[in-house]
Amino acid sequence: MTDKMHVKLNVNGEDHEFLAEPRELLIYALREKLNITGPHVGCDTSHCGACTVTMNGKSVKSCTVFVAQANGAEVTTIEGLGGPDALHILQESFKEHHGLQCGFCTPGMITRATKLLEENPNPTEAEVRFGIAGNICRCTGYQNIVKSILSAAAEMNAAKEAAQ
Amino acid sequence: MIPAAFEYYRPTDMEGVIALLQEHGDDARVIAGGHSLIPMMKLRMAEVPHLIDLQAIEGLSGITVADGTISIGAMTTQHDIINSASLAAAAPIMKEAALQIADPQVRYMGTVGGNVANGDPGNDMPGLMQCLNAKFHLTGPDGDRAVDARDFYEAAYMTEREGEEVLTAVSFAAPVGGYAYEKQKRKIGDYATAAAAVQISKADGKVAAASIAMTNLSDTPVWSQTAGAALVGADCGEAAVKAAVTAMLSDIDPTEDNRGPVAFKRHAAGIVLGRAIARAWSRA
Amino acid sequence: MKDEITREERVAGLKGMGCSRKRVEDARFTQGKGNYVDDIKLPGMLHGDFVRSPYAHARVKSINIDAAMALPGVVAVLTAKDLEPLNLHWMPTLAGDKQMVLADGKVLFQGQEVAFVVASDRYIAADAVELVEVDYEELEVLVDPFKSLESDVVLREDLDPKAPGAHGPRKHHNHIFTWEVGEEVATNQVIDNAEVVAESEMYYHRTHPCPLETCGSVASMDKVNGKLTVYGTFQAPHVVRTVASLLSGIEEHNIRVVSPDIGGGFGNKVGVYPGYICSIVASIVTGVPVKWVEDRMENLMSTAFARDYWMKGKISATKEGKITGLHCHVTADHGAFDACADPTKFPAGFMNICTGSYDIPVAYLGVDGVYTNKAPGGVSYRCSFRVTEAVYFIERMIEVLAIELNMDAAELRRINFIRKEQFPYTAALGWEYDSGDYHTAWDKVLKAVDYDGLRVEQAERVQAFKRGETRKLMGIGLSFFTEIVGAGPVKNCDILGMGMFDSCEIRIHPTGSAVARLGTISQGQGHATTFAQILATEIGLSAESITIEEGDTDTAPYGLGTYGSRSTPVAGAAAAMAGRKIRAKAQMIAAYLLEVHDNDVEFDVDRFVVKGAPERFKTMKEIAYAAYNQAIPGLEPGLEAVSYYDPPNMTYPFGAYVCVMDIDVDTGVPEIRRFYALDDCGTRINPMVIEGQIHGGLTEALAVALGQEIAYDDMGNVKTGTLMDFFLPTAWEVPNYETDFTVTPSPHHPIGAKGVGESPHVGGVPCFSNAVQDAFRPFGNRHTNMPHDHWRIWQTANDLGLHG
Repeated sequence: MTDKMHVKLNVNGEDHEFLAEPRELLIYALREKLNITGPHVGCDTSHCGACTVTMNGKSVKSCTVFVAQANGAEVTTIEGLGGPDALHILQESFKEHHGLQCGFCTPGMITRATKLLEENPNPTEAEVRFGIAGNICRCTGYQNIVKSILSAAAEMNAAKEAAQ
Repeated sequence: MIPAAFEYYRPTDMEGVIALLQEHGDDARVIAGGHSLIPMMKLRMAEVPHLIDLQAIEGLSGITVADGTISIGAMTTQHDIINSASLAAAAPIMKEAALQIADPQVRYMGTVGGNVANGDPGNDMPGLMQCLNAKFHLTGPDGDRAVDARDFYEAAYMTEREGEEVLTAVSFAAPVGGYAYEKQKRKIGDYATAAAAVQISKADGKVAAASIAMTNLSDTPVWSQTAGAALVGADCGEAAVKAAVTAMLSDIDPTEDNRGPVAFKRHAAGIVLGRAIARAWSRA
Repeated sequence: MKDEITREERVAGLKGMGCSRKRVEDARFTQGKGNYVDDIKLPGMLHGDFVRSPYAHARVKSINIDAAMALPGVVAVLTAKDLEPLNLHWMPTLAGDKQMVLADGKVLFQGQEVAFVVASDRYIAADAVELVEVDYEELEVLVDPFKSLESDVVLREDLDPKAPGAHGPRKHHNHIFTWEVGEEVATNQVIDNAEVVAESEMYYHRTHPCPLETCGSVASMDKVNGKLTVYGTFQAPHVVRTVASLLSGIEEHNIRVVSPDIGGGFGNKVGVYPGYICSIVASIVTGVPVKWVEDRMENLMSTAFARDYWMKGKISATKEGKITGLHCHVTADHGAFDACADPTKFPAGFMNICTGSYDIPVAYLGVDGVYTNKAPGGVSYRCSFRVTEAVYFIERMIEVLAIELNMDAAELRRINFIRKEQFPYTAALGWEYDSGDYHTAWDKVLKAVDYDGLRVEQAERVQAFKRGETRKLMGIGLSFFTEIVGAGPVKNCDILGMGMFDSCEIRIHPTGSAVARLGTISQGQGHATTFAQILATEIGLSAESITIEEGDTDTAPYGLGTYGSRSTPVAGAAAAMAGRKIRAKAQMIAAYLLEVHDNDVEFDVDRFVVKGAPERFKTMKEIAYAAYNQAIPGLEPGLEAVSYYDPPNMTYPFGAYVCVMDIDVDTGVPEIRRFYALDDCGTRINPMVIEGQIHGGLTEALAVALGQEIAYDDMGNVKTGTLMDFFLPTAWEVPNYETDFTVTPSPHHPIGAKGVGESPHVGGVPCFSNAVQDAFRPFGNRHTNMPHDHWRIWQTANDLGLHG
């Protein structure tokens, strides 16, 4: 054990400060220190993406980020995307198209998908598959996940057009 | 999986980094994206009592293309490479290769510097850098120096970089002609079963120059000078490709692992190279 | 009272059986508000972590915990010595064997649990694990079951080599059991005298269910009240409660077992693991809650392998292709302890469904279980007990027979299918298939994919390949499977003596909503959605008004849990039967309210109506209110029912799959062009959920067929311990599937449903494998073993001389 350091994180728009060992992993800091349990640990070695959050504008696997590295960062998790009063379009779309089963990969998957659509609002099916290839789902075979994301993209684009 | 404890540093200038490396010697490592190092630390296969984070150092990331030379800062991520229009124009093989590294999340964090400096035979950038005849820029207590990518790798995880040096950038002349990065892997996120980086330039319908490097087929990347030479002056027809493949095969030394036995890897290496040459030639 | 809405609208409003109701679970999962075991955080909770063996076979000479105990924050380090006084250093397995909880004198597989460290947080626990010093003396390692059966090395020194095991006599000190079904002499006679015989040996490799959430538990001993609560990744929470009670001596009413949300099971979470026991003991010892959650490497190395069957088959037929006999022998590698999760009387599960979908007059199955230095487990990974092995076996034997007969494999299947009129059909190895219509399904699929056209294309491809115009071959994978699910009749099926019934308890609230609790537990199947649909149709209240609860043994009725596709066949039946009890009482109430005789009212969607006068009715909501608030002569107040359902038979879902694949002969890379899956799971409760189950099961089949394995080296080291090497496909490697269905209801199930979660895996694995093997059939391939990863496909091509 080493001395604890002072860590500041902005998570889902809220500032947090806490003490942590540098080696603590961002995923555990979120889950255990801040009780943000949406992101999960699936593989421990950055292959499955269940721990995906957005950190400083990037999709990252929070099991492979030390909390020390994240110090000062802005983090968005599934909890920051939408809640009971206003779901994110992707959250709605996953429900609508049966894009989830056990739900364990879902927070990481949806969080990743938000970033994917932000960078590529009009993806092809192949681009969606390539863009979520860092997130493993064991239940759905991905078919309905891909459908959910494509449908959400169409809906978001339609909403944008309507607003113009 | 929990790593052993370490002291963490986030210096704001290179002097600070070097000073820490000098102070702690082999007990210190620099970290960029950390996507090679952190899993190793979590598996407790790498113990790093002093971890020096490079994220706060100015000027370590970015891509410049000027006067036919491309320079890429060590902290530039694969994601940056994929999204750089100037790089895509000047050295399109970089994007083609970067898209075949790991997965989207890892590419946001994984850096060029980490990929080339780590010395992991499975990493894709080292072979690519050898293909492009890049120089690696190192900063250490005795100042700056540059090492040719082709001279940098000694063995798995063993490189020309001294313990107190930091790799700050890579640079190379903008390649001319056709290119291809061909990689066979088991799935997204895997290292290569075999991968080939090929640049070919063309004059009068013949190969004017060719550079060929292979990945994950030895304990270092393999730049096969003879394979490239076998193409020069030829029309990239069947015989020339065969000669290049034969030459390459005498330079690689794959080992058996879960991706398959040696015979398969050698065969796959030949196929992958043949396809890379064909694609590069079609673009030359 | 005039009805304002149509009958169709009333039916639609129920969201009952047959509609693609959206899932009620999804609101919490999409918002990150699921509640999985690792999300549970109790006051003062400690963290447990294991010291594990680096060796596959070694004597444990000493364990020194001093340095670990000296680390600040470490509360306890448990070893077998600490568990022995409690008689918990070994535990019974589901297969009648016993298993070390912590290494007792020796270790028998790499990753075996040696000591359990308990510390104030996970970081300190991990550090303390490194500080426990274990002195090992390495012993000879046996990873090959055939060598194990010939070796002088005794793996299980705790067993009397002469004494019989749980399933009869043992032939050797490393032998576990012999299990035989059918008539060997008669079968051999038929085969010896047959016109055509095909033989094949095949290895169904060891793999792992690998749900995205690993196994874990949080145990909390409340010493004041004498109550133990255990939260865990349990596919069978009630069984865990009973086992925990038997092992700990704590009376069962003082134990509460809770399965919260489960992040996928696929069989991994059926077993009882040392981590569960150690977290319980640690909580009892320390008096505070203790959490244990395995990491991915621990998961792959130590909990719940699947398959590992060495199968040897002979199949005989007439020259015309009518099958006359089948002989199968299996050498089953069970690892260090026989911890297979099978019903007690079936040490090789339902492997004796290996006659498949075919009318085979005589057959024999023999299985020998063997100890090796590998992890214990033997769970049914997304299938009913060993059914994936059985279906793989027969679907490969059919292909090999087709080669021997020089016959089209689709046609060979067609002429041997059990015919529709033969059901109920008793197979040569004893099972009574409840229903089926195989020919209709097969013809539908072959037509949909233009099977004849595919064969023409394939033949043209072979010619083009031979002319040097292409390096890609085309494979057409076929499979037709019959599952056997819904264990099961209590007379046949028990686990640790507990009969495999299941249960449902319904309580209707006065305002016409309801809560129903079942003995099963969803791991992603969507029970909260689909069981409510069954009840909605049965009791006439909207599914939206019915809450489904599972997994808390304090509230849910006793049940045997969710695995082997048994939830719908057994608990689903219990739900329907409980619903019918509700309806029976409701009928009496309605008759009273309508002032007619009981027999003069009938149920209609959401109400009881007076026969012949549909304008006179009472809705179920009205009836519910009256049940509580109106004194009805001769009737107790309230509207509740419970049903414990012991099914009269298994159910037999079936399906027909075709896979079209291109294979790069030079790199060994397969590319799936098309996958067509027709499933018949009987009555369809929620088509959307069914389709999702099929996509998922097929993808797990793709993984197993094309690369997923737990591989060991000769020293017993696990070579595939992370997701870099253990193949879980991403969206990029997975195709879109085309799904189709026929409906052949189960005649004995209250609603005719058969179960579907596992069918696509059972049928998918042979289909993918057959596609690979079919591509090489024109060049002389008979059989190659899975997994068909790139190098093995390349090796097949190379062995056939296709690399020049």
